[in-house]
This record gives sequence, C-alpha cells and structure tokens, in this order.
Amino acid sequence: MSHKVVIPIGPYHPLQEEPELFRLYVEGEKVIDIDIVLGYVHRGIEELSEHKHFDQVAFLVERICGICSSSHPYAYVLAVEDILGGEANVVPERALYIRTIIDELQRIHSHLLWLGLAGHFIGYNTVWMWAWKYREPVLDCFEMICGNRNHYGMSKIGGVRRDIRDEDVPILKKALDDLVPAVNMFKGAVMDDPVIQARLKGVGILTKQQAIDWCVVGPTARASGVNIDVRRDDPYGTYNRVDWNVIVEKEGDVFAKTTVRILELYESISIVRQCLNKMPKGEIDADIKDIPSGEGIGHVEAPRGECFHYVRSDGTNRPIRHKIRAPSYMNVASNKVAAVGGTISDSALALAAVDPCYCCTERLIVLDKHTDKKIMNGWDLIKLSQEKTEKLKKTIK
Amino acid sequence: MSILEKIKDKLDSKIIDWHEHSEKRMYFSVKPQDIKEVAGLLFNDLSLRFIIASGQDTPKGIEILYHFSFDKTGQIFSARVLIEDKNNPSIESIAPLFKGAEWIEREMWELLGINFIGHPNLKRLLLAEEWPEGKYPLRHST
Repeated sequence: MSHKVVIPIGPYHPLQEEPELFRLYVEGEKVIDIDIVLGYVHRGIEELSEHKHFDQVAFLVERICGICSSSHPYAYVLAVEDILGGEANVVPERALYIRTIIDELQRIHSHLLWLGLAGHFIGYNTVWMWAWKYREPVLDCFEMICGNRNHYGMSKIGGVRRDIRDEDVPILKKALDDLVPAVNMFKGAVMDDPVIQARLKGVGILTKQQAIDWCVVGPTARASGVNIDVRRDDPYGTYNRVDWNVIVEKEGDVFAKTTVRILELYESISIVRQCLNKMPKGEIDADIKDIPSGEGIGHVEAPRGECFHYVRSDGTNRPIRHKIRAPSYMNVASNKVAAVGGTISDSALALAAVDPCYCCTERLIVLDKHTDKKIMNGWDLIKLSQEKTEKLKKTIK
Repeated sequence: MSILEKIKDKLDSKIIDWHEHSEKRMYFSVKPQDIKEVAGLLFNDLSLRFIIASGQDTPKGIEILYHFSFDKTGQIFSARVLIEDKNNPSIESIAPLFKGAEWIEREMWELLGINFIGHPNLKRLLLAEEWPEGKYPLRHST
C-alpha cells in the first residue's frame, strides 16, 4: 500500500545555507511532488529603488546578491544606458574592457564556489576545500582592483568607478596562469571520477523541452541543450571583441550542469586574459549628469544565467519603476520537474544543481505604501520564519 | 524573413502601436483581451523565450509589459497591455501556455492586485501569510 509522506527541506537548505523551503511529497523513497515556498529573505529592493536616485540604485542592487554582485549593477546600468542610447555609444572603451574583466572574474569565483559546495554535498570534502582554496586568489584580485573581495562597487552609469592600474595587470595575469592547472585538476578529479559520475549522472534531469517550457537560463539551460548566452546573443562590454565558446551539454542532469560550469572556467580565464591584453588607455567614465525620460532594458549573463533589469524614468532623478529578474527566479521554479521522480537522497542535490540564489529571487517589498510604514523589519522576518517553521512542525507530523 | 517581419506579419491585426527603441529593443501595445493569443504566437509559433513580465501602476491604469527574447538575434520584444480598470484589474493568464510564467503572475497578483484568470495555482509567492488581504505593495494609490 502506498503511503504519502511530506518531507520539508528547509527553511535553511542544507547545502546553500539560505532560507527557503521545499516541501517534498514522497512515496517510499520516491519524490512525487514538490512545493517551493519562498519569501524568507524578501527585502523590498524594487520598491526601495524607486526612492533612490539613479546613482544610488547601482549600490542598492549590488546588495541583491553577494556572489554575483557585479551582475545586478551591471544589468541596471545597461538598462539606464539603454535609455541614453546604448552602452556602446555612451561608455568609454577602456571602461567596457574593465566591466568585462570584472564580470568574468566574478564568474570564475562563483563557479568555484558552487563546485566546492557541490563537492561537499556529495561527500567530497577535498573538492570543497580545494575549490575554495583556488577561489581565494580570485577574491584577492578583486580586492586589489576595487578594494573589496565581494561587492565591487565598480558599476556606474556611463563607466566604471575605478581603473585597473598598469602595475596590477601582471599580477592579474599570473593569478590566471596559476588557476589553469587547478581547473585542469578539477576537470580530472570531478569529470573523470567514476563515483562522481555514478552519483551525478541521470540525477535531476531537465529535458530540453522542459528547459524551454520553464524558461530557464544560464548553465541550467545550457546543460539541457538550450544554446543561449546573453554574452554572445546580445553582446555587452567587450564580449564581441574576444574569442570564446558557449559551452552546451545535452543530458540535462547534475553531471552536465557540473561539466558546463567547469568548462566555462576555461572560457572565463581566456576572456579575462584577452581583455587585459587588448585594453586601451583612456577615460573610464563618461560623466553622465541627467537621465532623460524613457524606458530601458539591460540584461547580462550572470554566473547563474540571464539577469534582467527594466528601468523606467520620467526625467526626474529617480526611476519610477525598476523591475529585476534574477536568473534563479526561473531556475529554481524548474526544480518542480528536476527533483520529481527521483529519490529523496538525490533531491537535495538536484535542488542545488541550478546554483540557486534565494536572495536574488526575493528582492521585493516589506513596506506599506499607504502609511509608508515598515510592516516588517529584519527581526520580524526572522520571527516570522521561525513561526512558520513552528507552524509547519505542527502541521507536518 | 527576419523575426521582426515575422512578428509583425503574425500579429498584424493585434498590434495597436509599435515602437522601435533601438535595433534590439522593440515595444508594442496589444489589447488586454488579446494577450494570451499574442503570447502563444510569440512563444510557441515563433519560439521566442519568455524573459519576465513587469507590472506597473500608472495614472492611466495597470500596465503590464511581457518581455520576450529572440536569442538568435539577441532582440527583446516587449508586449505592452494597459488594464484600465484599476479597481478590479484582471487579465487572462498566460501560465497555462508555458510554465515559466507561473511565478511572475503569482507575484503580480500579490503585489499589484491583478487577477490572472485561468492561472493554475494563484497563491502567494513572496509575501507572508500574515500580510493583510487587499493591500498591494506596488500600488501607488489606494
């Protein structure tokens, strides 16, 4: 006789350590349905953005995510520059190269972060420690360029805030050179390991048709054979001036997603190298003063996929609408198919394979527009989260 | 035939106005009652990817932009609808056409109070259960 059991994973995901809740409906070992509950880290950023002036918003949206913290401000400034006539027409040459370098270094550190977590989760703690060990020099590069390991504060409407000094270029190149053998090692240790293959192949499959239907983006889409990449399809920065490949796999399982990310590391290293070699001298900021009325769209390929920003201006110094769509918003939803049909032990891995970023997904409101009072603050949210867990404990026995 | 011509050809009678912001950014308006058919044509027949929809409270009514991308050329086509009835805004759901629209319609429902007719699972996405009914955080007027 079949017996339906509900297993909650969360609100703290065992792998990602970010708050969300997956309610798994299982029969025996098999997952038959899944309910995704979000909202624990909902901060009201879209609303907040309407109360900041255009320059401040770049800093605000950088706080959406601590891992892909260059993608959100970059997509935002692209959207504003779209109102002004397009990035290529507004931003100085050198700034375009610097933006691309930051964007790609970010991809390298983000993919290494995920690789480490994935290794940890399947019990390969050596992979975890080594991936994060090799991520560290990349963060040092960031600290050298912009003074911070994360939250770079580089994006500015019309350019970048800091230049890359000439004396830093050889240090960056050496860091990249040192990274290649490490990626080679990961490629061998992860992709050729029979145990990892057995553990990851066939798990959490998202077929090509499902990927299209759920509108997923980034490595999650590319691992399922959907050949999309904003960097190539709608080039920004200097992606159309360097040689690189879009990595696409067909299988759609966790192994394919891992493969895509590992191989993308090579491409990212190559892109940064080429940019460092080609970068011309010159201005880094166009010194934009006013934003005319109009609407603009900016999207970039964040490490997790397309990050989309829509900005509308009415000619004042604040946006009147700012819509943000992080890649995980589409990717996490697809867990509904990727995890269903698998076993419980595989499900958490499948859920994490899209490299979800919950903070990105929940960036909306905690303000009451009518009274302009905060309805919830951080403590309330924590309390709410705890209460919700308590409530769940009572309902799910 | 370019995708631009194909869209204009397929949607011909549905398009109220067409605005070419740049080579890669197109905006066009359609009537709210046509949105499901338009979204179906763009997504299924012309294989555009649905990026997201963005709702906005404007003085004239509730406006929704449905952003679609044609990744082969990197062009973004945004279909605009204006729902004039602010007291009880409703529009047909496009979530039955493709799964990718499910969450954003739930989000617009809770934040802007737009009723999506035919949505398979219209419940809260981001707001807490304790959030009062009938309060829509992204609405500018009461």
